Amino acid sequence: MNFYSRWVNKRIPNFDFIRLRYIAFVMTAVLVFGSIGSIVFKGFNYGIDFAGGILVEVHIEPKADLHFMRTTVEGLNLGEVSLQEFGTTGQDVMIRVQRQEGDEKAQMEALGKVKAALGQGYEYRRVEIVGPKVGDELKVDGALAVALAVLAIAAYVWFRFEWQFGVGALVAIFHDVIATFGLFSLTGMEFNLTAVAAILTIAGYSINDTVVMYDRVRENLRKFKTMSLYDVLNLSCNQTLARTILTVATVFITVMSLLLVGGDVLRTFSIAMLWGLIVGTFSSIYVGMPILLYFNLRTGKDEDGEGKPEAAAP
Amino acid sequence: MAQFPKWKIIVVLLVALAGIIWSAPSLMPRETTDRLPSWLQPVSLGLDLQGGSYLLLEVDTTYVVREHLNSLVESVRTTLRKEKVKYADLGTVGRDGVKVRLLEITDRDRIRPELRKLDTSAAFDMTDDGTVTWRYDEQALRGRINQAVDQSLEIVRRRIDEMGTREPSIQRQGVDRIVVQLPGVKDPDHIKSLLGKTAKLTFHMVDESTSPEEARAGRLPPGSMLLPAAENERGLPSAYVVKKKVEVGGDMLADSQATFQDGRPVVSFRFTTAGGKRFGEATKENVGHSLAIVLDEKVISAPRVNEPILGGSGIISGGFTVQQAKDLSLLLRAGALPAPLKVMEERTVGPDLGADSIKAGAIASGLGLILVVLFMVVIYGTLGWLANVALVLNLVLLTALMSVLGATLTLPGIAGVVLTMGMAVDANVLIYERMREESHSGRPLLSAVRAGFDRAFATILDANLTHLIAAALLYAFGTGPIKGFAVTLGIGIATSLFTATTVTRMMVHLWIAVRRPKALPL
Repeated sequence: MNFYSRWVNKRIPNFDFIRLRYIAFVMTAVLVFGSIGSIVFKGFNYGIDFAGGILVEVHIEPKADLHFMRTTVEGLNLGEVSLQEFGTTGQDVMIRVQRQEGDEKAQMEALGKVKAALGQGYEYRRVEIVGPKVGDELKVDGALAVALAVLAIAAYVWFRFEWQFGVGALVAIFHDVIATFGLFSLTGMEFNLTAVAAILTIAGYSINDTVVMYDRVRENLRKFKTMSLYDVLNLSCNQTLARTILTVATVFITVMSLLLVGGDVLRTFSIAMLWGLIVGTFSSIYVGMPILLYFNLRTGKDEDGEGKPEAAAP
Repeated sequence: MAQFPKWKIIVVLLVALAGIIWSAPSLMPRETTDRLPSWLQPVSLGLDLQGGSYLLLEVDTTYVVREHLNSLVESVRTTLRKEKVKYADLGTVGRDGVKVRLLEITDRDRIRPELRKLDTSAAFDMTDDGTVTWRYDEQALRGRINQAVDQSLEIVRRRIDEMGTREPSIQRQGVDRIVVQLPGVKDPDHIKSLLGKTAKLTFHMVDESTSPEEARAGRLPPGSMLLPAAENERGLPSAYVVKKKVEVGGDMLADSQATFQDGRPVVSFRFTTAGGKRFGEATKENVGHSLAIVLDEKVISAPRVNEPILGGSGIISGGFTVQQAKDLSLLLRAGALPAPLKVMEERTVGPDLGADSIKAGAIASGLGLILVVLFMVVIYGTLGWLANVALVLNLVLLTALMSVLGATLTLPGIAGVVLTMGMAVDANVLIYERMREESHSGRPLLSAVRAGFDRAFATILDANLTHLIAAALLYAFGTGPIKGFAVTLGIGIATSLFTATTVTRMMVHLWIAVRRPKALPL
């Protein structure tokens, strides 16, 4: 016997998850429409991958003279430029220069100007130049990847379960993907290829959760032929609750390790993953499950089932 | 206990052993792994971790097509002149055709087969008014472009090899792109400038019947062209009028070296036998005239031919610096690009940043591993330890598979590894929770264990396959580091399926056989 088994009740919990579905629907609506609103009206802070342009990370010993660097680079007339100190030593500066008018050559020339203007003594730790054509292509590829992933996952669920589950999964992942897009839009976090990777990982994680519950719903539908759908859903949520909590905990642990010590490059990714963990778990219980209530999963009497759940299986 | 067959135990042990063997090099220092055979190497690191430069190049396909059309125009001109046919309006039409009008009816039938033969890949047509057209269809042009991109790839490879870069990777991507990856290259500016030059070298006679000033005023004789000088040196003209006809081309060069003449850097060159012969003839016919050495439509120099040059070799002097002479000789050795290349995307990471990323990634993975291991022990006790053994084996197999498959570990890939740890134990959690349930519903120990594994397996399979779909699409559409992330995630999902089910099952059964517990410690 250990700590956990003493703490966990011998019987499965008996929460009425589905009762709270209307509150959950409101939250879902706020999340989804809030996200869409932000995406439409505020848009994204596109990183270099999608916007094109130049990103340079320089290291200066003993210390960066940010003021000098800023006036120098801004004096080059390259459009919007931003300089930002990062790290803790004050020796690292990130320089971003917007996408230059004209073709790929113009971008290269702009980098040459920046390097020439700053002069000697700078160590270029990272240089990224993305031409306008590539940026546009990456945007299309990223959007395509997300859209196809959502559809393919839903199709798989449809194939393995029934169409109702496929639709439920589709809505649940859509919810998570939109909410994560919304996070990027609202916070103004840089939206780049890594963000797309985060979104797809979140979709994968969230569907994992949803599938585990759907599996249980399917099993219970077969096992308890007379139980109302409402109760079946509740029972399934409760039966998988311990697993949900434990898995959220382990993934949370690993994401936190990435966030805290994984370095600057992975920071945005980790924040997005953390957010995805929350909305993904929420959507598995409160989007994926109650939506099944509105499909004719079973013909007959269990269309509604506001009554008390029956005693769970022994 | 006969429930877990012996052969399965042996298979699991063999797989584990293979995993340890193939993952071991990844933990060894570079000096050690350098001496290992090629089939036993550490996981290769992406450019974002080891430092290096990634360049995405695009071949100018419109140039390829234009050049192709122009060369047909020139052959038509030569043929018609040779046959003394009067013609007009010779030139290209649109983006895919060449046209000429024959002025005299009598010539038409005589010249027709000759003209058709010039390029059989084009659709040939002659109308009643004597207009001849050659038109290329999409496929013919695509074939030409394909050939040009393949050639470019070869030239890029030769140029980069000449520069002595360590383990460069040069690959074609899509229709007209070339991806160049240069590990360890800190500053790709020099390489970029070399790749940015077409390096098409040609020798033309200078048209001495006119002057650049006349030509600028619009009086340019047909068959001649006005070209700028490469460098504006004092006392030398800034432009030259040269004959369009190419006496000898750079494709006939056999070798080229940077050297010194009178203490100044120059480039020496040597023709192939055929090239040497043509060069000899050209110089013999034009003693006393100027021969322009043209590189990428710019005149490097136009020395006077004092005597026929029959040795098949020569020297280009053009006020070079040592570096310029070296670069030019390298370009001439490697050959000319069939079309200009454009750098579409560049990503360079310095070695220090890469090392920092590896360090941060290693710390995050270590921390994640320790925390997950502790968590599983706190929650599941003995069974938690078994899950942890499976987890570590999962990491071992992941590393081994990545090196066997030649997959690349990137920084996002490390994030994939860390996430895999969190998600891999999910399978164990599913199994254990199911076992607990089955046991609480009154099943005896062994039956509960079996039901736990069996029932959880379908769930685990579904959950992992859907996850794999996301990873596959990420791989298909991602680039560079993101592809690396997808690979680690995908392999991690596959290996965790094996470790969490088969391996854990084996261990649980062995544990029950040895310890004979009365109840599950759940």
